[in-house]
Amino acid sequence: MRSVTAQASLSWNPLTDLGQLFTYSFMVHALVAGTIVAVLAGLVGWFMVLRRQSFAGHTLALVGFPGAAGAAVIGIGAAYGYFAGAILAALAISLLPGAGRRGRGEESAITGTVQAFVLACGFLFVALYPGFLSGLNALLFGTFLGISLTQVFVLAVAAVVVLGLLAGGARPLLFASLDPEAAAARGVPVRLLSAGFLLLLAVAVAEVSQITGALLVFALLVMPAAAAQRLTARPWLSMGIAVAVGLVVTWLSLAVAFYTPYPVGFYVTTFAFGIYLLAGLWSLVSERRARSAAA
Amino acid sequence: MSFFGQPFMQHALLAGSAIALASGLVGYFVVLRAQVFTGDALSHVAFTGALAALAAGLDPRIGLFVFTIAVALFMGLLGQRGRADDAIIGSIFAWILGLGVLFLTLYVSSQAAATGGTSVSVLFGSILGLSGTQALVAAIAGLGVVAVLVFIGRPLFFASVDESVAVARGVPVRALGIGFLGLVGVTSALSAQAVGALLLLGLLAAPAGAAHRLTTRPYLGFWLSGLIAVAEMWAGLIISYAVPRVPPSFAILAAAAGVYFAVLLATGTRSSRLSLRRRLLRMRASETVET
Repeated sequence: MRSVTAQASLSWNPLTDLGQLFTYSFMVHALVAGTIVAVLAGLVGWFMVLRRQSFAGHTLALVGFPGAAGAAVIGIGAAYGYFAGAILAALAISLLPGAGRRGRGEESAITGTVQAFVLACGFLFVALYPGFLSGLNALLFGTFLGISLTQVFVLAVAAVVVLGLLAGGARPLLFASLDPEAAAARGVPVRLLSAGFLLLLAVAVAEVSQITGALLVFALLVMPAAAAQRLTARPWLSMGIAVAVGLVVTWLSLAVAFYTPYPVGFYVTTFAFGIYLLAGLWSLVSERRARSAAA
Repeated sequence: MSFFGQPFMQHALLAGSAIALASGLVGYFVVLRAQVFTGDALSHVAFTGALAALAAGLDPRIGLFVFTIAVALFMGLLGQRGRADDAIIGSIFAWILGLGVLFLTLYVSSQAAATGGTSVSVLFGSILGLSGTQALVAAIAGLGVVAVLVFIGRPLFFASVDESVAVARGVPVRALGIGFLGLVGVTSALSAQAVGALLLLGLLAAPAGAAHRLTTRPYLGFWLSGLIAVAEMWAGLIISYAVPRVPPSFAILAAAAGVYFAVLLATGTRSSRLSLRRRLLRMRASETVET
């Protein structure tokens, strides 16, 4: 958990400090991976928040945890485990009607049980794998250390595929998300789009998990998008803001985590939450101003 | 002899039975009142609370109880008005977890002896590591929850099933609701010690969900839920004793999830039958017609 570069300290020259960030190859990998993940999370997360599927995203991330732990047990990289777990969960959710939504009463009891059981399975895998207990925190709360060049490459390829598909389907998806009935009436394949989007979301969740850990995906997936949607109602501008917020949060968190002994997961959630609160405040103030101007 | 002879197993059985009974009984009302999400919220808070106490050099149980009860009461005070949407709630909880990670690092770096094991026991419990005193305190607190719940059970049930009529009959619905969430807070803090912060939701939801499926009779369902929870706790402890590589938290959760899904499968064909709430409303409707 602790940064191995805790000895790196700030000088009086900000340019030297900035240069120091790029001298270590692991830090360069982390910054590139963080950038890929922030762009992907900003765009996919924007649609997820619009479609009110953040609970489904949370569930996908939780299933990614036993996936990653299981992958470590059988000796493949945790990254593939995140992908496998999240994609399988997305298939299960799109096949089972009503799954992936936070139900009420008894339905929510089923969801709660599945969540706890999935986490327990992850814990079992971690316990079965000798000497892996120290890796538990990285799986749950993220790490930016030890991201290999191959991993960066896998992240980039998956992100390009997802963003390509998302760009191709963005217009009908936007239509289907905002007004599913009208879209269905106009012949938009709403069900197919919704299942397809869930798969894209699974890939995005698996990528975000590798930086923020399975429990903190909300920080990059939900908070930038939610902040952007509070700031403007224009879809394309709002998507751009979500990506920008995600990038700022990721870069700032990685840089600060590099110079301090505290974990990157804490910084990502704190900066993202701070921006989200500021966006909420700003939209409240501008609403009030608009109302007083009208009166 | 060997299973019951081990002191750590005796402590686990003593504390585990009381905690499971409290979780099962409280969980029955949690599911009835559609407040499962509160359990989810408290599991995040329990993690951060325990680690905050550790980072401050206190007993983690102090942080557990103070944080879970405070947040539970706060949620009770917010009540229906405080029902925000998914994105806001999720963001707040993610940030609370992030804070917990900070406290974890603060604690680990302040204590030379502390390792990754701390977060494991907070996240996934350490029921086999309870000392005699800890087990006794947990058992007394668990039985205290059960006693209070049995005492307020009747009005609470009335208030949960039909709030407006309960208000009209002079039942203090609001006070009951807040008091009940306080009980959920205590139970969460207790079960965080047994199965850990991340898994306490399963102990709260699974036995109660199964009991609600098996019977629509309130008193039977209430006690059945507690009984199922205790049986699952015992089954989990026995499994983890027989197979030492399997952690007890997983075995308990596997038993709980297994029972629930078996019940779901068995009763799935009868899913069209009336829910408890609807059945009671219909009973009341026919009563009012008669009078």
